[in-house]
Amino acid sequence: MTISIRSVGKTFGRYPALNSVSLEIADGELLALLGPSGSGKTTLLRVIAGLEFPDSGQVLYGEQDMTFAGAAQRRVGFVFQQYALFRHMTVAKNVAFGLDVRKGAAKPSKAEIASRVDELLRLVELGELGKRYPAQLSGGQRQRVALARALAVNPSVLLLDEPFGALDATVRKSLRKELRRIHDATGVTTIFVTHDQEEALELADRVAILNQGAIEQVGTPQEIHDNPVGAFVAGFVGESNRLEGEVRGGRFRLNDVEFAAPGIADGRAAAFVRPHELVLSPRGEGTFPLIANHIAPQGAVARIDGVTPGGLRLEAAFARQSVADIQPGAKLDLLVGRAYVFPQ
Amino acid sequence: MSRLRHPTEDPIWAKVLILVIVAAFLASVLILPMVTVFFEALRRGLPAALEAIGTEDARDAIKLTLITAAITVPFNVVFGICASWAVAKYEFPLKPFLITLIDLPFSVSPVVAGLIYVLVFGAQGWFGPWLIDHDIKIIFAIPGIVLATIFVTFPFVARELIPLMQEQGVDEEEAAVSMGASGLRTFWSVTAPNIRWGLLYGVLLCNARAMGEFGAVSVVSGHIRGLTNTMPLHVEILYNEYDFVGAFAVAALLCFLAVVTLVLKTLLEIAQPPSRPGRH
Repeated sequence: MTISIRSVGKTFGRYPALNSVSLEIADGELLALLGPSGSGKTTLLRVIAGLEFPDSGQVLYGEQDMTFAGAAQRRVGFVFQQYALFRHMTVAKNVAFGLDVRKGAAKPSKAEIASRVDELLRLVELGELGKRYPAQLSGGQRQRVALARALAVNPSVLLLDEPFGALDATVRKSLRKELRRIHDATGVTTIFVTHDQEEALELADRVAILNQGAIEQVGTPQEIHDNPVGAFVAGFVGESNRLEGEVRGGRFRLNDVEFAAPGIADGRAAAFVRPHELVLSPRGEGTFPLIANHIAPQGAVARIDGVTPGGLRLEAAFARQSVADIQPGAKLDLLVGRAYVFPQ
Repeated sequence: MSRLRHPTEDPIWAKVLILVIVAAFLASVLILPMVTVFFEALRRGLPAALEAIGTEDARDAIKLTLITAAITVPFNVVFGICASWAVAKYEFPLKPFLITLIDLPFSVSPVVAGLIYVLVFGAQGWFGPWLIDHDIKIIFAIPGIVLATIFVTFPFVARELIPLMQEQGVDEEEAAVSMGASGLRTFWSVTAPNIRWGLLYGVLLCNARAMGEFGAVSVVSGHIRGLTNTMPLHVEILYNEYDFVGAFAVAALLCFLAVVTLVLKTLLEIAQPPSRPGRH
């Protein structure tokens, strides 16, 4: 199901949570809403789910206006951060709930419900646990039950609010893969909220970056990471050194560091340089010295915290071999390979 | 020996001292009076006690007490659920004020509660003339007794449910609604099962107090034998008439009802399955 969000606005009291947000989600897509806390991402998800009604704008499911439709009409599957499993029901009853509450002809028979529950519990790899109560499960298992319960109604869209936020790192990683697998198996349009960029970039087909109730950028993980359209995205996604300096005559300058900033008007500017875009280079035009303070190996990469003679702190990342003999205190000659520069 | 003790554990002498203080206090303040009640009731043997409970006035008092409890408890269940639902699930101005208001009967003397109703509904009260014109009797009649009892007991259910529902939040209800459950279905399938133990607990406490309330009921009842006498009032009348066996026999019955209530409550706590959290 295609979901279209058109100029949706929502305020809580005097606090604006969403500010004329528009977004198209393609059928079968896996989209991440990524942003810091208070950016409006959860509010947007709840507006799509029908758990909040917007003050202005429209929410369309396919061609149909669902802005103020009830949840039953939308047929969403919603997964809550704290699972929100019904604590007095068994796992199987939890999963069956969305089908149990249907009325009349729409309600499947007992046998149909039971076989659907079985199928879903196998999908999330909890086949044996149908008779347990939520309190008897681990956090990861509970979130799988919540996922199965949301999928039971054959949702037109699956919505997940920080689905892995309450889990420890290992479980989070494996559930992430699990969600991708389940999404690929069911093909259901899926939107999930996260503040964890690694999660968003690893899992999603496309990522929408929210900040202060507005969408900053929508794109594939690669686009978001490699071509940030503004200072917020450049600073929020991926690691970078933020340099507040000045552009004059198409060159950015701060302290000892200087590099080309073509097409940027003269004046104050913020530049973002990823650690791996600081390149070792023979001393020459455009190079500047960095004195290594701390060297941390990290897989194939060595990360170096350093400072320029002028006192500017920078973080750089190099292939391990290229800096194998560098000790703390050593002086490196560096060049800025690529930078994102935005006027301020 | 003391070296083997767990570092955060109290020494033996402190444990013994604290236990002795608690036991002595319970024995002198709770157990001794209870035993006395039953002892005095049975002083002239079981038949005499049963005869005192079996008099027409006593039977009427028992009946009125049960009727009062039977009206008060359902009323307070409905009110308690509504109030705690409002406090736990809605945001609205003056919420702290509402919570304080629910506690009012705990802080106001029951006698004052009774007097309020006399002032409002009594012959000289605000609505007195209107009520007399329409031949409606509230004070010195059953409606007054029920009203006074409701006033005194209405915190019990609400106080039990508010913290429980606040702790449970609205996530499960939202989940049910997101799956297409109606409001009523959500209440019966999700909310009600989550609060049932707390609710039962509140009902039992409310019931115990409804049967035992003396002060507020005493003011509005008028003490008309056979008509507006509840069990606690009947105990007082018999006692003032030096019918000690009768007074203690009815009192023993009241105690017995209270003990049954508490035993039920304890059984409920034991019966609560551990796999279903939601203990109050």
